[in-house]
Amino acid sequence: MFRSLSTTVRLFLLLAVVSGLVYPLAVLGLAHLLFPAKSQGSLLVRRGRVVGSALIGQEIIRPRYFWSRPSATTPVPYDADASNASNTAPTNPRLVADIRRRLARLEHADPGAHGPVPIDLVTTSGSGLDPDISLAAAAYQIPRVARAGGLPVRTLERLVSAHTERPPLPFLGPPVVAVLPLDLALHRLYEKEQKGRR
Amino acid sequence: MTTALFLLFSILALTFLLALPLGLYAARVFAGERVWTSPLLAPLERAVYRLAGVDPANEMDWKKYATSLLLFNFAGFLFLYLILRLQPLLPLDPLHLGAVPPGSAFNTAVSFVTNTNWQDYAGETTLGPLAQMLGLTVQNFLSAAVGVTLLLPLVRGFVRHETDRLGNYWVDLTRTVLYILLPLSLVFALVLVAQGVPDTLTALVRAHLVFPFHEGAHLVRHQAIALGPVASQEAIKILGNNGGGFFNVNSAHPFENPTALTNALETVAMLLLPATLLVAFARLARAPGTAVALVIATLLFFIPLALLSAHEELSPNPRIAVLSVAQHPSPRLAGGGNLVGVDDRIGAVGCALFATAATATSTGAANCAYDSMMPLAGGVNLFLMQLGEVVFGGIGTGLASLLAFAVFAVFLGGLMVGRTPEFLGKKIETFEMKMVSLSILVMPLVVLVGTAVAVLSPAGRASVGNPGPHGFSEILYALTSPGNNNGSAFGGLDAATRFYNILTGVAMLLGRYWVYLPLLAMAGSLARKRTVPVGAGTLPTHTLTFVVLLAGSILLIGALNFLPALVLGPGADQALLMTRAAHAALVRRAAP
Amino acid sequence: MSRAVPADAHGWTLVRPALLDSLRKLHPRGQVRNPVMFVVYVGAWFLLALVVRDLATGRASLAGFTAAIDLWLWLTCLFANLAEALAERQGKAQAASLRATRQEVRAKRLAAPRHDAAREEVAGADLRPGEIILIEAGDVIPSDGEAIEGVASVDESAVTGESAPVIREAGGDKSAVTAGTTVLSDWLVVRVTSEPGATFIDRMIHMVESTTRRKTPNEIALGILLVVLTLVFLVVTATLYAFSWYAVHTAAHSGQVIGLTVLVALLVCLIPTTIGGLLPAIGIAGIIRLMRHNVVATSGRAIEAAGDVDVLLLDKTGTITYGNRRASAFHPVGRTSPAELAEIAGLSSLADDTPEGKSIVELARKSVPSLASALPPGATLIPFTAETRMSGVDLDREHLRKGASDAIRAHVERSGGAWPEEMDGIIHKIAAAGCTPLVVARDARALGVVELRDVVKSGIRERFARFRTMGIQTVMVTGDNPLTAATIAAEAGVDDYLAEAKPETKLARIRAYQKDGYMVAMTGDGTNDAPALAQADVGLCMASGTQAAREAANMVDLDSNPTKLLEIVEIGKQLLITRGALTTFSVANDVAKYFAILPAAFVAVYPGLGVLNIMGLSSPAHAVLAAIIFNALVIPLLIPLALRGVRFRATSATRLLRRNLWIYGLGGLVFPFVGIKLIDLLLTLH
Repeated sequence: MFRSLSTTVRLFLLLAVVSGLVYPLAVLGLAHLLFPAKSQGSLLVRRGRVVGSALIGQEIIRPRYFWSRPSATTPVPYDADASNASNTAPTNPRLVADIRRRLARLEHADPGAHGPVPIDLVTTSGSGLDPDISLAAAAYQIPRVARAGGLPVRTLERLVSAHTERPPLPFLGPPVVAVLPLDLALHRLYEKEQKGRR
Repeated sequence: MTTALFLLFSILALTFLLALPLGLYAARVFAGERVWTSPLLAPLERAVYRLAGVDPANEMDWKKYATSLLLFNFAGFLFLYLILRLQPLLPLDPLHLGAVPPGSAFNTAVSFVTNTNWQDYAGETTLGPLAQMLGLTVQNFLSAAVGVTLLLPLVRGFVRHETDRLGNYWVDLTRTVLYILLPLSLVFALVLVAQGVPDTLTALVRAHLVFPFHEGAHLVRHQAIALGPVASQEAIKILGNNGGGFFNVNSAHPFENPTALTNALETVAMLLLPATLLVAFARLARAPGTAVALVIATLLFFIPLALLSAHEELSPNPRIAVLSVAQHPSPRLAGGGNLVGVDDRIGAVGCALFATAATATSTGAANCAYDSMMPLAGGVNLFLMQLGEVVFGGIGTGLASLLAFAVFAVFLGGLMVGRTPEFLGKKIETFEMKMVSLSILVMPLVVLVGTAVAVLSPAGRASVGNPGPHGFSEILYALTSPGNNNGSAFGGLDAATRFYNILTGVAMLLGRYWVYLPLLAMAGSLARKRTVPVGAGTLPTHTLTFVVLLAGSILLIGALNFLPALVLGPGADQALLMTRAAHAALVRRAAP
Repeated sequence: MSRAVPADAHGWTLVRPALLDSLRKLHPRGQVRNPVMFVVYVGAWFLLALVVRDLATGRASLAGFTAAIDLWLWLTCLFANLAEALAERQGKAQAASLRATRQEVRAKRLAAPRHDAAREEVAGADLRPGEIILIEAGDVIPSDGEAIEGVASVDESAVTGESAPVIREAGGDKSAVTAGTTVLSDWLVVRVTSEPGATFIDRMIHMVESTTRRKTPNEIALGILLVVLTLVFLVVTATLYAFSWYAVHTAAHSGQVIGLTVLVALLVCLIPTTIGGLLPAIGIAGIIRLMRHNVVATSGRAIEAAGDVDVLLLDKTGTITYGNRRASAFHPVGRTSPAELAEIAGLSSLADDTPEGKSIVELARKSVPSLASALPPGATLIPFTAETRMSGVDLDREHLRKGASDAIRAHVERSGGAWPEEMDGIIHKIAAAGCTPLVVARDARALGVVELRDVVKSGIRERFARFRTMGIQTVMVTGDNPLTAATIAAEAGVDDYLAEAKPETKLARIRAYQKDGYMVAMTGDGTNDAPALAQADVGLCMASGTQAAREAANMVDLDSNPTKLLEIVEIGKQLLITRGALTTFSVANDVAKYFAILPAAFVAVYPGLGVLNIMGLSSPAHAVLAAIIFNALVIPLLIPLALRGVRFRATSATRLLRRNLWIYGLGGLVFPFVGIKLIDLLLTLH
């Protein structure tokens, strides 16, 4: 009995060291060596400061920019230290109420918009940190952004297309538009324009 | 749906393409033979045995094997519990997250030791890098290997005869970890990093927002981005059918599952080891025909259920349909369908297939909010778990339970061909029937009684997050998942209460060991028997007829018990969705 | 056939007493033995209590529904009891016809084991093992025993059904006597071997009455499955109450929590009552089917084992061939003329009463019509012994012998004669053709060979082929030399043969098969067969066999017909198939019952669940009632099948499984949908 107890403890500690220290540290080292940027979280740096991650969405609800999807994280939307989903069931009346509220907000920002609203623009994502919107959601916002930002629709379409990510095989997943990189590019465009106007 | 078909079949094709060579490799590993990784790993293996005082040649009978397993798991439980409770005293907790409360620590320790990985906590706000690595990652490896140590003695029980030796627990465990889980995880972790999964010892990065925003009266200028050793844990979490996420939202988190490609690969990786073990079984039991029959029976459930789930997820929600919202399937709409709780890069189809794989295996990972899935798609999750985790099932445990069902099927089928039943050359007699009955039929009892207790007690009802029959589904899910060591959840239910910590903790323990011990005892009894030669009068287990018999037994004996509960949960939920929709459509038509 | 069964035993005459039995079986002590039906029984009492309560509290409409369900629960119990009672009645009828032969007899007890010792008259029932009795012509043998002195012809028709008298004599394989048989001529001194009330017939009666009581291993394993299913469904229905409570009070806020009556009805519908109710009857029916073939099994287990048999060891003589080899040719050697050989062979066989001996005389007469019809006076008969392995006649000056070639050769050489060279060639040729060579010698001169030919039974070859498709090997056991054996084996189409078999080689062969994991069945009758009979998984002993053989075997064939083994295997398989088929049917029935009861129970809470009422049943109450009525009626509907057994066809396991899965699996799924719908239509008629 004592022998098997001692074997148990010794083997457990050995395997714990192998799988809990040696293995993760090996992955860590190799990851840093091979993929220095990606292993650190694909951070976006602007003027020497981290402004976000290319993989993590941010709450953006300015009319001049493309909006992200609604987020269910608390206390603030897109809290990347507290990922969460709304967990609202399809039959939950709150779902319809939430969507109505978001529809109203969209309409408020862009009274002229017509046509049905793409579903991802009025529903929260699984992570609460969805970095992307659908092509339709981007297209839906182009008229508003063009009007509010004073940019030609053609320019915005090109910009959206440049930030569209398509999976290597079409059936793996849908094409999406990365919002934060898109808006940062847009931001640069506005800044350039401002500088030019000055 | 074409996308779903393409994605599903390429996932399955890739799974079996990889499983074939891996399975043959694994069979050699389990048989103790030399493999091409031996030059690197054999010295490590020998060192482990020497330091731990293991004599690899010393085989055990089923009782010794079971005792070793229980002791080892208890050691793992204590170790993890202490790490969680003593987090403030240990290094590498840069955010000073504090000790995990006792109820949660108990639940989590049980959960990770039993390969359930049910989580009542949010990873990023509860655990620092040390607890994630030395606490959880360790158990991700060891609990996955434990499943193999059920399958191996069982297979030996069938193959060997007139002996009571079923193998050496320590050797089976060590070889599984060293030769199979570690190399695979290392490769997969690096693939994930290449796609964007981070791997750091930093726990948090503060980003300065370019677009600050107001939340209430408060101006939000920063975004705190949680990081950590994600890739190393993600790889074994998926490969080892563990499913406990680094982050709260599990594989829906862009850091756990950053692209459509990682999503597909993670789906494959969940199925990979269960499929690998089917191949290894074919080789070890010298029963390729039976293994093929098991695969076909498995796919007979998996494929239709995956497609049903995808179909439901792509169906527009009738309640949203009355609003001015576009939700019909289209690539421009991130695939369309039910995107509530689904990230755009994953889409409704990606969510449905991932969910099917996660609940068909015992992984329990989630790449979307299962609670927000359409009623029948959520029902598919429940149903797959309630089948007893035999459709693929957990690593080892799934195949072992499937073999247990095969024993059932053979019992009925054997009688129907006029012989007292035999399977893989062993007579199925009273003792085997007792053990198989115990292992298969206790799970429904645990789940049903647990659910009844929860719905009748105020504490159980208080945690419910959604009204109507969906609330019932949440409770049913909260017992079904731990009872089958799956670990996925309908997240709307608040499981971080004393009531659910205890209830799900008990369900996980029963779900694990009450399946494990009887099957091991059966292996012991089988090994002692003579091998019966196969003749024309023997019930063949490699025919389509047997597949039908097996699938029928799984449905009639395994799943029929849950029909009332499924009708009152997802069934009623779906009925509600449809009838209200009909009503709403009527209202709309009446008003021009 | 079916001598032991009165003609009406399986007709309707048994139904009335069986119905009474089934009422009597409603006693709790009887019900508790069958766990599945006990649940129904408890449910029936429970609902009865509910009816009383509802009547007392003035809720008559509720009581009406409950009473209707309750009535059908009681009927379900009765039907299950009826199945068992019918089978038991059939068994009792068998036993009764056996017992009729067991009358009260007086015995003549001897003071010493000599027929002329002092005798005293005692009751046959008082005899103890070891006591010596004398039985004379006209006496009924009072107890099983072993003849130790004397020879007598005995009428054993009471036990075996065979009307021709048999010879019983002291020593050898014909020494066992059976209680209940009658000595026709001469006398026997017999040592009693059985306890009072434990004679062969007593045990047979007891077996028929009680095999039924003991469960076989396979029955126990199946019983476990049924009990566990019952337990699980008990939990399913009990927890459903909680789920329904949640649905009504928390989720939907409408409708009513599922009623206890409906819950009990659902439980009874879900638990495997069909197989649970019929299981005892199936087992008894298997034993009775054996009895119809005049075979008595010492345990139900033996019948199951018969279904599993992989190897049949069959005696050549009597099973594969007609048993009597006939002389077909004379082969003279050297200077011997055909007529001389025929004459000497005929003379040496004149006193030989065996069929073989007679056939030699017959053949000899054809070539030597003048052959004497009786031995000359002064001739001495030399009987066949296992030691000399030859027989013959000693005349005044001549010694005539016939026998196996090696025995005669030894005899010739001992007598100073020479063994003709061409003899071996002839013997070899005859043996190679599957015939038996019998060498004839006159003093020291070997004259030639008589060829004895074996005749293989017609149809046996086809029968073995069927066994082969079922995966059963047939092995012919014979004392013949390997060459002869091989030829007959080929002619009969057996898979293997055991030549020059001695009891030890038989035993060794059985052990070898068993070591490889095969189940072996064999027939035997001699005392020296006893070890092999005991070793075999299924040992079938002829009723004419010795006491030791009968003790060692686990089945006794009253007709002493070795071919019976083939039927026994089929009966064994049929028994298992019937169990498996009805279990599958029973479990598959649950699907339709769910579809009847679940929508009925919950449509008031969630109207949308009405879509599950795919049978379009008229009302919730009717749906529940129709399901429970179907569940009850299916038992009496299947009683004939349970008693008769599922039809068995000798074919491969795959085809058998496919066929039974279609009939009982798919049938079990579909049939209740039709049945419940029909019952619902009938319910709405009035």
